[in-house]
Amino acid sequence: MDTFVQQLINGLNVGAIYALIALGYTMVYGILRLINFAHGDIYMVGAFAGFFIANGMGLAGPSWGGLLVVLVGSMITAALVGMAIERFAYRPVRKYSRMTTLITAIGVSLLMENLFVARFGGQGRGFPQLLQDRAYHLFGNAAISKSQILIFAVSIALMVLLQWIIFRTKVGTAMRAVSFNLNSAKLMGINTNAIITFTFALGSALAAAAGVLTAQYSPTIDPLMGITTGLKAFVAAVLGGIGNIPGAVLGGLLIGVAETMVVGYGANFGIASTYRDAVAFAILILVLLLRPSGLLGTTVQEKV
Amino acid sequence: MRRTFLALGLIITIIAAMTGCTRRGSNCTDPGGVIKIGVYGDLSGQTSSFGQSTKNGAQMAADEINARGGIGGRQIQLIHEDDQGEPGKAATVVAKLINQDGVRALIGEVASSNSIAAAPNAQDAKVPMITPSSTNPKVTEIGDYIFRVCFIDPFQGEVMAKFAANTLKAKRAAILFDSNSDYSKGLTRFFQESFIKLGGQIVSEQAYAQRDRDFSGQLTQIRSASPDVIYVPGYYQEVGVIAKQAKQLGINAPLLGGDGWDSPQLWDLGGEALNGNYISNHYSVDDPSPAIQKFVADFKAKYNGVAPDALAALAYDAVMVLADSIGRAGGTECSALRNAIAQTKDFKGVTGVISLNAERNAIKPAVVLELRNRQLVYKETIQPGGASAPPPTASPSASMSPSNTNPPANTNATGANTNASPAANTAGGNTNRSNTNTGAMNTNR
Repeated sequence: MDTFVQQLINGLNVGAIYALIALGYTMVYGILRLINFAHGDIYMVGAFAGFFIANGMGLAGPSWGGLLVVLVGSMITAALVGMAIERFAYRPVRKYSRMTTLITAIGVSLLMENLFVARFGGQGRGFPQLLQDRAYHLFGNAAISKSQILIFAVSIALMVLLQWIIFRTKVGTAMRAVSFNLNSAKLMGINTNAIITFTFALGSALAAAAGVLTAQYSPTIDPLMGITTGLKAFVAAVLGGIGNIPGAVLGGLLIGVAETMVVGYGANFGIASTYRDAVAFAILILVLLLRPSGLLGTTVQEKV
Repeated sequence: MRRTFLALGLIITIIAAMTGCTRRGSNCTDPGGVIKIGVYGDLSGQTSSFGQSTKNGAQMAADEINARGGIGGRQIQLIHEDDQGEPGKAATVVAKLINQDGVRALIGEVASSNSIAAAPNAQDAKVPMITPSSTNPKVTEIGDYIFRVCFIDPFQGEVMAKFAANTLKAKRAAILFDSNSDYSKGLTRFFQESFIKLGGQIVSEQAYAQRDRDFSGQLTQIRSASPDVIYVPGYYQEVGVIAKQAKQLGINAPLLGGDGWDSPQLWDLGGEALNGNYISNHYSVDDPSPAIQKFVADFKAKYNGVAPDALAALAYDAVMVLADSIGRAGGTECSALRNAIAQTKDFKGVTGVISLNAERNAIKPAVVLELRNRQLVYKETIQPGGASAPPPTASPSASMSPSNTNPPANTNATGANTNASPAANTAGGNTNRSNTNTGAMNTNR
């Protein structure tokens, strides 16, 4: 029982990270109908930004203040990178077919990965540990570590903040309007370009937070870390219903738990633990076959 | 008319290319002049610390040889190639080194999977290849031109099994291995066989994939099997994270590993979580023997104070063995050079005395090191089966360690003890125990 609970904690923990990244996919899709394949690399950029901020500040030991600065700093950096990508890569091709923007997105993703490999090398780097990590025992063997608590706390806080921005602020209302119909929104006097840029900034900041949080939990970052994680977050967004915000969170948590359970109990059913990545993509195929709109996605949904 | 010319031109080009290839392929004679040696490894990929160490160690050996006048008056030139740690690229760069650069011998790779991918090219071209540090047995089985100057995994796996069973008194072991790596899979098998033979039990076996960053699922299953030790024969990139996540789950059983852990980067990844874990390795930088201390000092002087890890030391030895063989062969004619390498006997290297056996593998002792506060602290030397006395270079006393964290009680009891127990070994091997907190005593089976 304690093992099962532990696996559940582990799974939700990984899932919270996927959820944070999936939110960015789903928001951009909601507004532009664009699958932003470079989003996984924004997660990587966020982790690297955190790495350089922490090292630049000379943070070696654990400190809450340092962690906060690194987290916020990397979110701002990633938001700027996301805005730049939108401005210089996606906006010029927005008027062409959706296929064009999709291919552009893949191009941006490859560009960022290879740029980082060329600049920083492909090897992993140790991320400074800003948290005095320790395990808290729950019952039996089940334990939760401080970095896991941090992941849960920060991701819940960010999700609440996001919900507030979208439903309680003017810019959020504008985002929802743009997601319903871009042209009508423009006719109503909404500066759609600004709203789109803001959406990219918001999604990128969430991905960067995920990057820094992951780096506290598993302290290796490398330029290609965003590929698999980004793809799984994309699957999570599709599973929940792409364009649907609660769906992205639910999808992320489900994918995280599913793959951890495969590692934990797959062997009992003849599935090797190394099939964990395959599981996410098997889920993607099943969703596309059985319920293309995703778990929470319906035709009439607010898309942000 | 133009087409005919074009076709003719094409045919001529193809013929020229083909004859070019055959000429190079069958060119076994020594071209004279500077001796070119290809060194290939991962200089920019996931395991780039391995490639960099190998490159530095090999280059230092070459510079020393050239500084003392080369081999029979001929200078040697190392040509370094980056394979990014990918087997496919390793094969490609080796083909390039052989066909374009015309190297007379090859040094590489570290990761066994990459060596296995590249070795057939060397074998087909009859270019002798010495891998400094690939420990999987399959590497040298590829052909009679493939050699190594390190021990092989059946021994390395056995070393850790013995250390776990005899020194740590472990009864229950769990294994967490890298399913992408021949090295890791080989070590897993050999550890398992030896540990069971020694009366132990494997209580859980879990796999991960390279580039995984979350191991909590596997570690949770391992924890529920409550092992005494956890064998993690992986590479440093993943091991650092595994050690940290094991602590996050409250696992206190020590992790045991192999030479794949040895990288200065390991500490950046795992930090404090690595303390109290053990690895088997090729040599210890703490070894007080003058040859090793000179090597360590020279290396630090040359490379900004970075201490040489085992991979650098092995690369250094590999180039030295190669140079020695070229000297004995009187040149680089391929079969003469091959035979000279094969006959290498009692070569005094930094990592021990190197003698190649009929399978072209080096028979050497291994050391067990404890990870403690960013240091690899010498624990004990384990001899290959049947050896009767520890070679002088491989028996440092733990008290020479620069780490000041050794409890004072250990200091003098152990230094004497390490060298005091060589004769009593049994067929399986001999365990010299030192520097443990449970008191110094010999644990010869």
